[in-house]
Amino acid sequence: MTWGLFLTQVLNGLQLGVLLFLLAAGLTLVFGIMNFVNLAHGSLYMMGAYFAAAAYAATGSFLAAAAIAVAATMILGLVIERVALMRLYARDHLDQVLATFGLILVFNEVVRYIWGPSSIYMNAPEALSGQVTLFGLNYPSYRFAIIGVGLAVAGGLYLVINRTRLGMLIRAGASNAEMVSALGVDIRFLNTMVFAMGAGLAGLAGLMAGPILSVQPGMGEPVLILTLVVIVTGGIGSVRGAFYGALIVGLVDTVGRAFLPIVLQLTIERSIAQAAGPAIASMLIYLLMAVVLAVRPAGLFPVRHG
Amino acid sequence: MADLRSPRFWVPAAVLAFLALLPAYSALVGQSFYVTLFTRILVYALAALALNFVLGFGGLVSFGHALYMGLGAYAVGILSFHGVTNGWVHLAAALIVGGVFATLVGAVVVRTGGMTFIMITLAFAQMGYFLAVSLKQYGGDDGLTIDARSQLGIVDLGSNTVLYYAVLACLVACLWLFNRMLGARFGYVLRGSKSNERRMLALGFPTFRYKLSAYVMSAMVCTLAGFFLANFTKFASPSYMQWSVSGELIVIIVLGGMGTLFGPVIGAIVLLLLEEVLQGYRPGLFPPLEEVVNKHWQVVIGLFVILVVLFAKRGLYGFIVERRE
Repeated sequence: MTWGLFLTQVLNGLQLGVLLFLLAAGLTLVFGIMNFVNLAHGSLYMMGAYFAAAAYAATGSFLAAAAIAVAATMILGLVIERVALMRLYARDHLDQVLATFGLILVFNEVVRYIWGPSSIYMNAPEALSGQVTLFGLNYPSYRFAIIGVGLAVAGGLYLVINRTRLGMLIRAGASNAEMVSALGVDIRFLNTMVFAMGAGLAGLAGLMAGPILSVQPGMGEPVLILTLVVIVTGGIGSVRGAFYGALIVGLVDTVGRAFLPIVLQLTIERSIAQAAGPAIASMLIYLLMAVVLAVRPAGLFPVRHG
Repeated sequence: MADLRSPRFWVPAAVLAFLALLPAYSALVGQSFYVTLFTRILVYALAALALNFVLGFGGLVSFGHALYMGLGAYAVGILSFHGVTNGWVHLAAALIVGGVFATLVGAVVVRTGGMTFIMITLAFAQMGYFLAVSLKQYGGDDGLTIDARSQLGIVDLGSNTVLYYAVLACLVACLWLFNRMLGARFGYVLRGSKSNERRMLALGFPTFRYKLSAYVMSAMVCTLAGFFLANFTKFASPSYMQWSVSGELIVIIVLGGMGTLFGPVIGAIVLLLLEEVLQGYRPGLFPPLEEVVNKHWQVVIGLFVILVVLFAKRGLYGFIVERRE
């Protein structure tokens, strides 16, 4: 085990973390304001990836593909919010979960119908296809770009939420939506804006994941479940919690998968370690979540109400 | 006590009579396919019935009950893999593993509520799924083929008809058991903690213990369903624990009628028949559309689920029962 390898895995973990943050931010904000969970958020991510792959193939320009993918996912998010999800805000969680579960089935099949059941591939843009050398370590520059974009979005969100009037309303909505509404703010409109923003971020995440993962039907579900782990660990409704939660989950998952089997081999018998290592590594983040919830049921960074 | 004209009596009675006679009909018309189709339906009905016990009556919206079906299936699969063919051992192992797992998971999840509960149960089920995928020596992603069905002494599960009646018998037994429990003090405390937990606590009921026991029982019945599922398909696969299976169980409950004892049975029959029809039925009226529907039937299921949630919340059985009363 060398430091270079370790650093590479940490960077990979960071990269998964920022992708998860892009998804978790939108999901957790809508939950904070409308007490609504949208399982179809993973489908928006998938649609973003497909839009990006299709636009990239059609235009040949990654930037144009990025703009088209984010805008298209945002519009799609607006449409499903207005047509279907809006009716569910007053319903209980069970109805919300079921209806958005239905949406996932629909989206997966629509994608299968349009683009076929097998995965499609998308290349990283020309300018970012090389490697960057950092402290004598080679790392793909596209993955660096993902980390950079993710951190930039996190910084931008921080500024919007803490320094602007819109952000003030979002924070107020998360701590008491009814009171904000009573003070004359159109909370439905605010929520639609937040939803569209979340959809755009999901589209961005899909776009960026496109070149490093395969774009295929159902690609949203594993990511959605990691995102749920992130927001439950971080504290539902809190963007700060989503950020730290995403980084923790990304790092623990990636570094755990890479090194836990090796570490186990040093301590217990080789054959057992080889069998148990990957199994335990794949469960690590869920164990982490269970421990966090057992100690702090509201998550690590809960929203302060009242 | 039973009013023969009440739909609460005659709907379940008619459905159970139909289920009991189905193998005879199937033998008469020479279509053994019906027995296998309805075995699957009964297994899902059993699992949904168990989930409804905590979801419909206890208000615990578990989005991860597929985990227990998978555990039951893997108990059969792994033991058979190591040459243990005794069905009672399989059954005991399935129930013990399911019970222990459910107690551990339940101790964490039952403390939470609302949305957190939904997400954590989902996450735990997903953990089981990835655990099964990573068990390379037991087939990993591809699943585990089971050579022969569990040997349960005189109950020869090798025959499809016997397996069918075994599942049906368990289903009826569980209906009876849950009916008794819901009418007992335990059931009243469980339902009370759904409608107003704070009041139940103020009355001095330790609701946590009641909810945890209900959760464990429900999970164990689900492992029983998993035991039958593995025997039915002669296969244990990580896909039994996939989150879409948990979702399907909830759809079955809501479709049949949440919080009614018999609703899940009707929901399972309707949903699984619908899936079967969508995948294979071609009336020949408009072939291009039919081909698309056969291939992409999940679109129809997805839209159907959304419509049921938006407009038919009481479910089919709830609708029949409430209209008459």
